[in-house]
Amino acid sequence: MGEDRPTPFGPDPDLENRVGQLGDDPEMMELAADTAAAGREAELPGASARPGGDYEADAAATAEQKRQRRYLFRALLHSPTFMIGLIIVLFWVFMALFSTFVTQDPFAQNAFGSLRTPSPAHWFGTDDLGRDVFARTMAGARTVLLIAPLATILALLWGGIIGLIAGFWRGLTDEIIMRLIDVLLALPIIITSILILSLFGKSTAIIIVTIGALFTPVVSRTVRAAVIGEREREYVMAARLRGERSAFVMAREILPNITQPMIVEGTVRLGYAVFTAATLAFLGFGLEPPSPDWGLTISTERAFLQIAPWTVLFPALALASLVVAVNLITDGLGRTFSK
Amino acid sequence: MLRLIGRRLLLMVPTLILASMLIFALAEVLPGDVGRSILGPYATQQQVDILNHTLGADKPIYERYAVWAKNFVTGNWGHSPVNQLPIASTVMRALANSLLLAGFALVIIVPLSILIGVFAGLRRDSFLDRTITISTLSMTVIPEFVSGVILIWLFAVQLKWLPVSATPPDGANFFERLYYLILPAIPLMFLELGYIARMARVGTVQVLSMPYIRTAVLKGLPRRRVIFGHVLRNAMVPTVTVIGSQVGWLIGGLVVIEFLFVYPGIGQLMLLSAQQKDVPTLEASVLMVAVIYMAANLIADIVVALLNPRIRMGG
Repeated sequence: MGEDRPTPFGPDPDLENRVGQLGDDPEMMELAADTAAAGREAELPGASARPGGDYEADAAATAEQKRQRRYLFRALLHSPTFMIGLIIVLFWVFMALFSTFVTQDPFAQNAFGSLRTPSPAHWFGTDDLGRDVFARTMAGARTVLLIAPLATILALLWGGIIGLIAGFWRGLTDEIIMRLIDVLLALPIIITSILILSLFGKSTAIIIVTIGALFTPVVSRTVRAAVIGEREREYVMAARLRGERSAFVMAREILPNITQPMIVEGTVRLGYAVFTAATLAFLGFGLEPPSPDWGLTISTERAFLQIAPWTVLFPALALASLVVAVNLITDGLGRTFSK
Repeated sequence: MLRLIGRRLLLMVPTLILASMLIFALAEVLPGDVGRSILGPYATQQQVDILNHTLGADKPIYERYAVWAKNFVTGNWGHSPVNQLPIASTVMRALANSLLLAGFALVIIVPLSILIGVFAGLRRDSFLDRTITISTLSMTVIPEFVSGVILIWLFAVQLKWLPVSATPPDGANFFERLYYLILPAIPLMFLELGYIARMARVGTVQVLSMPYIRTAVLKGLPRRRVIFGHVLRNAMVPTVTVIGSQVGWLIGGLVVIEFLFVYPGIGQLMLLSAQQKDVPTLEASVLMVAVIYMAANLIADIVVALLNPRIRMGG
């Protein structure tokens, strides 16, 4: 075995004895034999001196994990892309939650003050209905920041389950799942979502579920690849040898070890979810007026692009800043994790 | 090589059949009562029933799927229930318009972004590399309608360099048509730029660490020959793969850009037929898009195989 990464656990001296007790399950025998062989080869200097009991080894492993987590955290704080992205995203989260306390009413119309240029009274000017563009731009983050994270969580949940099953069981189940995923990926996401949304209506809940469902195949693929990388490792074999059920091995053994690729995948999907939610709103498959949603505002106000560009450009820049910020976070996370 | 293509083609068939079932299932539930949606609320139930019967909408779904699939394969796509025009020619004309727009964008952006990516990869981890990577990725992740409205404002409203509309006046020649397509094509270029550049950069960085590059440098090959003879060729492999897989996003981008610029392409046709509940046109155009998407991925695989002898021989 060319595995050069030492596991927290040394080779188990009892393993070969236990192989004999496993009985007649040939797959398990093979697994155990492989594990034992691997254990002999991977004999580490400190490992043979391990005094009995798993307790200390476990404690050492947790301490090591904690130290590693602290190191990652500190590395993230020193990543400029991550921090800039985080600050911008937090700004929009704050605005989504509290903008109405800070700005004017985003819905208040004023028939006599429409399409005014930016001024001290209206920092970003007013739109065709005399509404304050600054207030609407700040409030515009709400819908996107509701839809995109929830859709991402759904996609991670479903994709995680499907990917774990496909990657862990392999065989026919895997083959069928991967074929179905190929089919779903054969249709561009925007087009499938237009089909679904014109079919089921366009409430916020349906948009969230649609985006979540359409992102599930890609997430499953990533998770499956990560699981396949993990399932041959010693700790998985050890758990199977202990006789743990598949569900337990997947959820308690493999899942904690693929959190890093899943977090990166989650932030990547979050960026795409913001993109997709905004695009659907722009195409008229999102919210209805008078929602201050950025995509919707750009779609409805673009008729005034020539005479009152501020009604379109400020929401456009706001949306751009959020999407770029999410991707900066992804970039920072990916860089830190791959170090 | 032929075996590889043959196997990929065979794999495409079941995928395509399943995709067509999915489209059909989705689209068939879409309009509710076909006859009612065509005739409107004032028609009697009897009239609706008669129309449903002539359209075959009263048959069970699997039977309708079989008829539909057969008609699609034989090119007998029928007429649109909304505007009575033959669907095949409507879809093909829209497709030709979209291909012109997408092709125009790709012809410019693919070589450009590969050059940018290789350039960044050769200066790995420098300030310039980071700047290029971050700015090209930012351009790519910004939704195309956002970059679209900003570009319209800048180049059409402020500077007046380019027309706002994507449709040229009647009788325009090919180059005049391209001139009208510059503005819509730029957001599509942005959409591809970041990924292609990133893959070209990663490919370059990987290739540069290979022993044979060191050999090439050490045996005294000029830097230019090393880059163009070895680095560029091998950096192309991941790049071509990603271009194939990005076609899906390009098609999504076409929907948005054609909506923004009121350009009569396949994206606008899909959007319009979804809004008008023109199910046969919608089904035909979505299925055509799926076919093109898969064909693009197949072509990408073949090009990758041609570039990489290990896959070419092993196929």
